[in-house]
Amino acid sequence: MDDLLQTPLYDLHVRLGAKMVPFAGYSMPVQYPLGVMKEHLHCRTHAGLFDVSHMGQVILSGASWDAVARAFETLVPTDVLGLEEGRQRYGFFTNDAGGIEDDLMFARRGDDLFVVVNAACKGADVARMKAALEPDVTVTEITDRALIALQGPEAAAIVASMDAAAAKMKFMDLRNLELNGVTVWATRSGYTGEDGFELSVQKDQVETLAEALLAQDAVEAIGLGARDSLRLEAGLCLYGHDIDAVTTPIEGALNWAIQKVRRTGGDRAGGFPGADVILSQLSNGAARKRVGLLPEGRAPMREGVVLFDAAEGGTEVGVVTSGGFGPSVGGPVAMGYVGTDSAVIGTALWGDVRGKRLPLSVAKLPFVAANFKR
Amino acid sequence: MKFTEEHEWLREEDGEMVVGITIHAAEQLGDVVFVELPDEGITVSKDDDVVVIESVKAASDILAPVDGEITEVNSALTDNPSMVNDDPQGEAWFFKMKISDPSQMDEFMDEAGYKKFIG
Repeated sequence: MDDLLQTPLYDLHVRLGAKMVPFAGYSMPVQYPLGVMKEHLHCRTHAGLFDVSHMGQVILSGASWDAVARAFETLVPTDVLGLEEGRQRYGFFTNDAGGIEDDLMFARRGDDLFVVVNAACKGADVARMKAALEPDVTVTEITDRALIALQGPEAAAIVASMDAAAAKMKFMDLRNLELNGVTVWATRSGYTGEDGFELSVQKDQVETLAEALLAQDAVEAIGLGARDSLRLEAGLCLYGHDIDAVTTPIEGALNWAIQKVRRTGGDRAGGFPGADVILSQLSNGAARKRVGLLPEGRAPMREGVVLFDAAEGGTEVGVVTSGGFGPSVGGPVAMGYVGTDSAVIGTALWGDVRGKRLPLSVAKLPFVAANFKR
Repeated sequence: MKFTEEHEWLREEDGEMVVGITIHAAEQLGDVVFVELPDEGITVSKDDDVVVIESVKAASDILAPVDGEITEVNSALTDNPSMVNDDPQGEAWFFKMKISDPSQMDEFMDEAGYKKFIG
């Protein structure tokens, strides 16, 4: 335990009474005294503050935006060049087999690219970018900034009360805001399915800002437990569980994140690792697909539950990759992979839970309607 | 009331043992969302998995604290699992047992011993 890293908000978490657990090499708050259920519901109805400082923040810079964007496009199947100033997009690093090495958010900040990657992958991601892009593009991991997220229907009013410019931001916009005397790089995005912001802020200023946000009646601190149930209800993938190095974006139902310009027939088609596999699956389909799964009973179906096409006997057709209780749904929810034949919404399946086959059906994602400011 | 190192409590009532989990255990589990109870009338051995309890975070097994027969289960928990958080050492008992070997109770702690055990 001694070698766990701490975020700049560690002391604040402890002061708030958080239960700290090891996560991706960091000591992180899994829940506060409010508890996972109430934290989740509070975020959906008011606003929740998350410490996501364990995530990697990276700046790519080069001779021009064109040079940076074209270089980054050799690593991701996403339209980077077409990104306008102050806009953010979801993407993923792929490997030669078409699998996903990590998923990420990237935003255009002047001629630079601001990339946020998963904590558990950040070392490998930075090494990958340096190996592939330097010296033409400089890859700098930002180690002097923390990252916090304010999410929920009241987040916008709170942030706008500190800097009115926040009100003008739309979903997936990036801009500098002055919050409580602190300059932050704000994006109007998150990992909950709610409207909200992610705020990159100097480490030595983050605690003051976090406390100012928590001082608002509408804001509660939210731990990793509720972060997971919020993103699951929102149908968002957790890397290493719902997507990984042996899962392609097409299997992962992330086709929407591969813009036309990078697909077969597009101006900049292919040119990323695994393009042959991914573009072929885009045209011809994949053998399995990520879907939403709605258990009929009360028993949660968690990661690893094997799915069958019959209550007895039958054929194994898939597996749950994320599952648990959805507080806003008021019952169990899950995501997983099934053969394409079983991927139709409404398909009846059975999950093996502790040796019993329990019924569930393939369901539309997200489980809770997204509440973004489009 | 007696307490086990598995954070269960046992209370004698009409010659049977009523079994539940402690306040400390309920706090550790967090919000309980699902309880699966055993069939009434089955015979169990000490440390058999008899109850599955799921919180928003994870699934946990509750073990039979002693050998015996499950005589009654608290089916109210199936419809209202959050009772386990609200009143773990009262209303939210899990099952009643007719115990086979009363000497198995000897190793259990009293309340003061349990408080010391959980620190």
